[in-house]
Amino acid sequence: MSVLVFIEQREGQVRSVSREALGEATRLAASLGGGGEVVGVCAAASDPGLAALGDAGADRVLLAAHPGFARYDGAGYAAAVAAAVEAVKPAAVLFAASSLGRDLAPRVAAKLGAGLAADCTSLTATAGALTATRPVYAGKAIQTVRFPKSPALVSLRPKVFAPVTGAGKRGAVEPLAVEPPASGARVREVVTQSGGKVDLTESEIVVSGGRGLKGPEHFKLIEDLAAALGATVGASRAVVDAGWRPHSEQVGQTGKTVSPKLYVAVGISGAIQHLAGMSSSRCIVAINKDPDAPIFKIADYGLVGDLFEVVPALTEQLKKIDVHA
Amino acid sequence: MIQVVCIKQVADSETRVKVAADGRSLDPAGVTWILNPYDEFALEQALRLREAEGSGEVVVLSLGGAGIQPTLRNALAMGADRAIHLEADGAPDALAVANALAAEIRPLSPAIVWCGRQAIDDDAAAVGPMLGELLGLPCVTSVSKFERSGDSVVVERDIEGGREVVETTLPAVITTDKGLNEPRYASLKGIMAAKKKPIDAKPAALGGPYLEVASLALPAARSAGRIVGQGVEGVPELIRVLREEAKLL
Repeated sequence: MSVLVFIEQREGQVRSVSREALGEATRLAASLGGGGEVVGVCAAASDPGLAALGDAGADRVLLAAHPGFARYDGAGYAAAVAAAVEAVKPAAVLFAASSLGRDLAPRVAAKLGAGLAADCTSLTATAGALTATRPVYAGKAIQTVRFPKSPALVSLRPKVFAPVTGAGKRGAVEPLAVEPPASGARVREVVTQSGGKVDLTESEIVVSGGRGLKGPEHFKLIEDLAAALGATVGASRAVVDAGWRPHSEQVGQTGKTVSPKLYVAVGISGAIQHLAGMSSSRCIVAINKDPDAPIFKIADYGLVGDLFEVVPALTEQLKKIDVHA
Repeated sequence: MIQVVCIKQVADSETRVKVAADGRSLDPAGVTWILNPYDEFALEQALRLREAEGSGEVVVLSLGGAGIQPTLRNALAMGADRAIHLEADGAPDALAVANALAAEIRPLSPAIVWCGRQAIDDDAAAVGPMLGELLGLPCVTSVSKFERSGDSVVVERDIEGGREVVETTLPAVITTDKGLNEPRYASLKGIMAAKKKPIDAKPAALGGPYLEVASLALPAARSAGRIVGQGVEGVPELIRVLREEAKLL
């Protein structure tokens, strides 16, 4: 049985989350059996180097090329994926659970009358049937779902699934004819944050600050530590609600759920809704002056102390070593 | 101008999740139920738009069991004009819910259908874009800035490492993110007025199911870590364990 993967591009570059999805599709196609292919489908103005995806596991990639597909067009991209489903008849369609994928996958599900499991963290195929697990309640519980209809639509949480390299598949690029439906919505502009910062949900290391910082002016300490670690800055709900930091930085149940390799919580006591958003991180470090703070109960490594002393010292000592060596 | 706001009653974010005896759902014992926080931004924006226009109707639409009536009443107290309760037990999947909502919304021909970005219980973030597709309307998700200009609106949404500025014609489906506005609290006057506002209850036309929940389980508990030190003196040890044990630096 074949597996279809939506290949996401931005500014003519294939995004790494799509390589993660291809990696999982490769494993899934093997366990589904029947010698099915891994087929990519990409909507773009022109080919963003899709042939290179053979090494990431794609047997072939269908390219829906249209000038209107340079930027995200929900209705048009959904039409492209639906056309690919019609052509490939896959058992499953995989998307990255990125901001684009989470917008697109439900549209395709509605178009096809198919079930969608969003933001999954593992997929299993037993006897040709797919089971998906996904965090719910921001990670406080794990739901396992099955698909009564075919194809099964799944979006995959970024940074959870490993890409494959050197797969040596053909990655043949084939045109897919799609006429995008007229849509009233149009992306007028894409504004990139200065410095091209990695998004919280896709970052390997996150350093978050909380109320212990006492004021927005002290977030410099967090930014400096993040810079020394090559990390992205996060924040607790308390400081976002206080207006110290933008909501896009909030980690927790009404913010973003993150699973980086390393999560450093500074001056964050560990409210349930915050822990829900970060407890699937591989390694958690907590810095807090209160030894009884709940954050220490889930941290791998804790440092009890005044963050105003500890954090600058940590930043200085990290600068002396090459953290990416 | 009619605006429809799709809302959901959810367990409060401070809830400690316990699995019910069926092994597939949340044990409701002791849970505090609230209006989904992302839906509050949707309702607030609809109310502001009605106030700016000086006329129009804001209809709140929700699907669920009899227990959701207090949340509908709360939305009416915030200022919605009337409520529609689509009755369904359990937790139908997103597409089943979207089917039922779309069937109810279609004859109302609203200018804007508002939804929260996602419900903080199942975190699917799917009903909004599904409604766009089912209703044949443009849809913009996770909007944190909204500006009306005549028959179209300009909105902004966060994407990885930046934001998109999107222009859409109306009617449209818009899902709302944190940062869009500061939702109001229901006033005493609003609470009194809400008692007289109508809630129209009818069975939900779901279709499906498109997804089956096999189980709900608690995640594996993290093994307890350790305190590596106190104050500045603990910093070298922290760096050492991160390098040598966790192999992260």
